[in-house]
Amino acid sequence: MPLDLTNLTVNAWRRENDRVGVRNHVAILPVDDISNAACEAVANNIKGTMALPHSYGRLQFGEDLELHFRTMIGTGANPNVAACIVIGIEPEWTKVVADGIRETGKPVAEFSIEQNGDIATIAAASWKAKEFVHWASELQREECPMADLWVSTKCGESDTTTGLSSCPTVGNMYDKLLPTGIYGCFGETSEITGAEHICEKRATTPEAGEKFMKIFQAYQDDVIEPYKTSDLSDSQPTKGNILGGLSTIEEKALGNLEKIGRTSTYIDALGPAEEPKKGRGLYFMDTSSAAAECVTLMAAAGYVVHTFPTGQGNVIGNPIVPVIKISGNPRTLRTMSEHIDVDVTGVLTREMTISEAGDALIEMIRRTANGRATAAEALGHKEFVMTKLYRSA
Amino acid sequence: MSKPHLLVHDEADNVGVVVVEGLTAGTDMLCVVTHDNSDFRLTANADIPIGHKVALNNLAAGDTIVKYGEDIGKMIGDAARGDHVHVHNLKTKRW
Repeated sequence: MPLDLTNLTVNAWRRENDRVGVRNHVAILPVDDISNAACEAVANNIKGTMALPHSYGRLQFGEDLELHFRTMIGTGANPNVAACIVIGIEPEWTKVVADGIRETGKPVAEFSIEQNGDIATIAAASWKAKEFVHWASELQREECPMADLWVSTKCGESDTTTGLSSCPTVGNMYDKLLPTGIYGCFGETSEITGAEHICEKRATTPEAGEKFMKIFQAYQDDVIEPYKTSDLSDSQPTKGNILGGLSTIEEKALGNLEKIGRTSTYIDALGPAEEPKKGRGLYFMDTSSAAAECVTLMAAAGYVVHTFPTGQGNVIGNPIVPVIKISGNPRTLRTMSEHIDVDVTGVLTREMTISEAGDALIEMIRRTANGRATAAEALGHKEFVMTKLYRSA
Repeated sequence: MSKPHLLVHDEADNVGVVVVEGLTAGTDMLCVVTHDNSDFRLTANADIPIGHKVALNNLAAGDTIVKYGEDIGKMIGDAARGDHVHVHNLKTKRW
């Protein structure tokens, strides 16, 4: 029986800014790489908190620094984070990040290490983190419209089965849930190569399509052209793609685009980690096709659940956003089923239609929003990876 | 309903994808169009690996190959209905 899409609800947390979160983390966020140790010490002291160590944040400048701040602030501001401790080496950039997160209205406290040292900083931050844990642990889930969820997507370790089963499963989910009012997001600028003209046509307005094409062309001109060592025919499709039956880059890109379904259109093209500001609907985001970088950027833009189709079996997770894995490859289900949340192998054997697969994914999104731990969460996958635009000063 | 040997994305496609392992020449394949769940039969002319494509019509060099209802490249050799279509006879139009 088809899923009734009217009045779907989830039990989740309504935040101070009216956004809906499906996790209730107290995050300990380092502004820079050298504050990782203090953050990890606080998270070790105070149970129920999570440190988010990463590799950057020093001597960045210009657009690259803006992206770093946007990613840090967006991560702390994500509705899956109830409260946030920010620790940096010095007070000024620490304040930039903390004040940015504070705009959501959630509790934020910042600490800087210079003139204090790690030990005193860890002690002060631990006291505050303990206070936040007591506060956050008493927040109750409440019934919220499923339409208030922000659901992103990106696929990985793709093969011909992703284009046949798991990517159209996500597309079917979007075709059904976007009209109810959810926010959606797809990206992977480099892996749209070969289908960029199709992607341009899937914009709601010519302006959005032009904005996408500008982003796509900038990637070709600024990244591919200066750094390529051949015409890419040895890389796209990859040797593994060819063994799996993919013959051309167009074929690979079209499989990727199956994730936006048959009827959905995107209303804007976003920069990396940029918050969507044009209302409910689907957005394109300029991201790398590397899984952890892409999911980190989408989480920083405010997405609270991620749907991840995989063929050969990508194992990625994210610290603050549950990543739901969907696969239709029978060998992957046989050899590494612990990583897969939604089995759509039935699409290949005709025991499941794409619409039924889409319904199964919608149901898994709902269960995940209600609190079910994803495979990646149960296995401890917390990949948190900054996108770096160029070398630091 | 038995399990299909070949899946086709869109009714406009002129290739389909083998979804069973060990497909041998001469197999009378059950083919299903995933978009509308319609089916037809086609005989495989070769042993074709899982995930690889099969011509649904007689194709000649220069013909555009359609998958997902879209252009995925052009034939650089001929393929009869039921033949294997891959990098040996299909190439991107981009370079």
